[in-house]
Amino acid sequence: MATLEPPSTSITSTPSSASTEMSLTPIIIEPRKGWWQFNWRDLWAYRELLFFLVWRDVKVRYKQTLLGASWAIIQPVLQLVVFTIIFGRLAGVNTNGIPYPLFNLAGLLPWQFFANTVGQAANSLVGSANIVRKVYFPRLAIPTASVLAGVVDFGLSFLILLALMVWYQWPPSPAVFLLPIFLLLAMITALGVGYWLSAINARYRDVRHATPFLVQLWLFATPVVYPSNLIEGYWQLLYALNPMVGVVEGFRWALIGTQPPSMLLLVSVTTAITIFFTGLLYFQSVERKFADVI
Amino acid sequence: MQYAIRARDLAKQYQIGALKQRNAGYVTLRDAIVERLRGRRAKPATTELWALNGVSFDVQQGEVVGIIGRNGAGKSTLLKVLSRITEPTRGRAELYGRVASLLEVGTGFHPELTGRENIYLNGAILGMRKREIDRNFDAIVDFAEVEQFIDTPVKFYSSGMYVRLAFAVAAHLEPEILIVDEVLAVGDARFQKKCLNKMQDVGQQGRTVLFVSHSMQSILRMCQRAILLHQGKVVADGPAQQVVGVYLGKGAHSIAERVWPDRASAPGKEVAYLCAVRVRDADGDISDTIDIRSPVTIEMEFVVTLGGYVLLPHFRLYNEDNVAVFTTLDLDPEWRRRPRPPGKYWARVTIPGNFLAEGSLYVEAALTTLDPPIKQFAERDAVAFQVIDSLEGDTARGDWAGSLSGVVRPVLPWTTTYEPLA
Repeated sequence: MATLEPPSTSITSTPSSASTEMSLTPIIIEPRKGWWQFNWRDLWAYRELLFFLVWRDVKVRYKQTLLGASWAIIQPVLQLVVFTIIFGRLAGVNTNGIPYPLFNLAGLLPWQFFANTVGQAANSLVGSANIVRKVYFPRLAIPTASVLAGVVDFGLSFLILLALMVWYQWPPSPAVFLLPIFLLLAMITALGVGYWLSAINARYRDVRHATPFLVQLWLFATPVVYPSNLIEGYWQLLYALNPMVGVVEGFRWALIGTQPPSMLLLVSVTTAITIFFTGLLYFQSVERKFADVI
Repeated sequence: MQYAIRARDLAKQYQIGALKQRNAGYVTLRDAIVERLRGRRAKPATTELWALNGVSFDVQQGEVVGIIGRNGAGKSTLLKVLSRITEPTRGRAELYGRVASLLEVGTGFHPELTGRENIYLNGAILGMRKREIDRNFDAIVDFAEVEQFIDTPVKFYSSGMYVRLAFAVAAHLEPEILIVDEVLAVGDARFQKKCLNKMQDVGQQGRTVLFVSHSMQSILRMCQRAILLHQGKVVADGPAQQVVGVYLGKGAHSIAERVWPDRASAPGKEVAYLCAVRVRDADGDISDTIDIRSPVTIEMEFVVTLGGYVLLPHFRLYNEDNVAVFTTLDLDPEWRRRPRPPGKYWARVTIPGNFLAEGSLYVEAALTTLDPPIKQFAERDAVAFQVIDSLEGDTARGDWAGSLSGVVRPVLPWTTTYEPLA
């Protein structure tokens, strides 16, 4: 049985190639060449979409769960309790006279922001597969929105720290105004790692299983449950390569007045920026394939 | 006149890899590493598929162009390339103006958000600015007919309301170029008509529309021009009427009726030849659009030139995916096991409502002698028709507006036994 084989006749010729006046800059569609073709114009044009995606993430998160906003508080509180019992009481970590819960929470807050947003961002592209397959927009908006939405959770969790500081009557250090800078550093790191993981995850679906493990290991390479002065000598340099070391140190310094971060902070900042830009690069180099592989 | 779209030699290749097939459609890093370690020796066999292969065409501003072709002809890939969802492997296209593509209604709708919130979210995803949405907000709500429920989460919407709202947002996009996939095959007939009218307005406002559909009726109604794709290539491009004709076999006016005016052109052999095939709706009118709830009658008109044989007229229906849905043989007791004298016959079969699935169906009309079995004719794609599922709740989809797979869609009795927890 023959299937319909339309004869290859052209009924009318397509319009002639006579040049016409073009008033607009056209959108050009062609295979991308080279490794750096970042479309800033589009990213800017779609800035409102980024806002709406963040707004959706926040709104849905607090609408869906029964406990609503309290979730952002309960989670760190529980973790704080566990860490205080294990590391503060049982292991007796030396915090130079700072009450352990306070010491821990000042590091836990930026850490949780990082860990949660990286987890969210890593799955964000695959989770938005239905949109990615059907609509064009700069894909970068998806993992970026996941990280930005985490700021709201962070803000809520921050209230616990304030409560704890009041309880212990512990005044903030004079460097508290530098806090936003360290939050920004955490964000840059989270964005960078998020770009990497979301893009790899879109391509290799088993990376999803490795992400929680990676984050867990990362926690112990970050001075959240212990003070960083446990690390000595040349190890400090290696340690500082972890940008979250700089973030957590900075938070503690700005909030509860521990020792100011050393020059090693610059190492952390450098790695953070490197992760961010390489993530951006990797993301945009595989972006074009997303719709085909997701 | 200015160009809106200029496409030159667009091609898109897909690699269908062994890795991908092994894991239910995706690649794992573990496999990729294992393959790498094994070296080139064990390089997985990949099949190359050119979904598009050298497509070139120009579209003038304000043209409404229909893209037609069989499933797998490359229509969807073309839309995806032009919408910038996927990148071409080769070739180049230039688009002059803002582009909005509508490959699905309700993309990005979130069930937990209210109608109002979803209008903003979906609008932003489709590329609308906030102030554009603000300006069109009342018109969208009005078009969707959901005023009362605008602050209710859409998970509580009926399927009809959901689809209406989703389409309403899309319908109020104001791009210079609108790329639309078969999204109109949703909603009840009245709403579909409203959508078609809206799309026509868009065309009349001087905007360019590229429109894919399986419904030749919609193509003919909407478009002055059509492009026929076959195996990733443009095989016909011109006035819609003519291109649709090429697609359906020359000379067809309606896809629901096909007539062979003379013996010479008609399919057939010495015993019998085919004169016409028709699709009729419940009222007996020739129609290429059938409501899923109503019966459809397919009719075969044939002439027996050499009497004395027992004949088996039969139809086979194929869906869009080229799956044979079923074959139905003439069981009319009147003519069963009875040799037929020469003359003209009209054999009809009625397929009940609530049986065929939504979508396009292509009819093969065939006739065989019983003993010895000699095929007289078997005309594939003799006629075609479209089954439309309304969203009024009394079809097999009930209140579900999403996709429903399956080659048939019967309404079946369900019973539930319930026992409360102890």
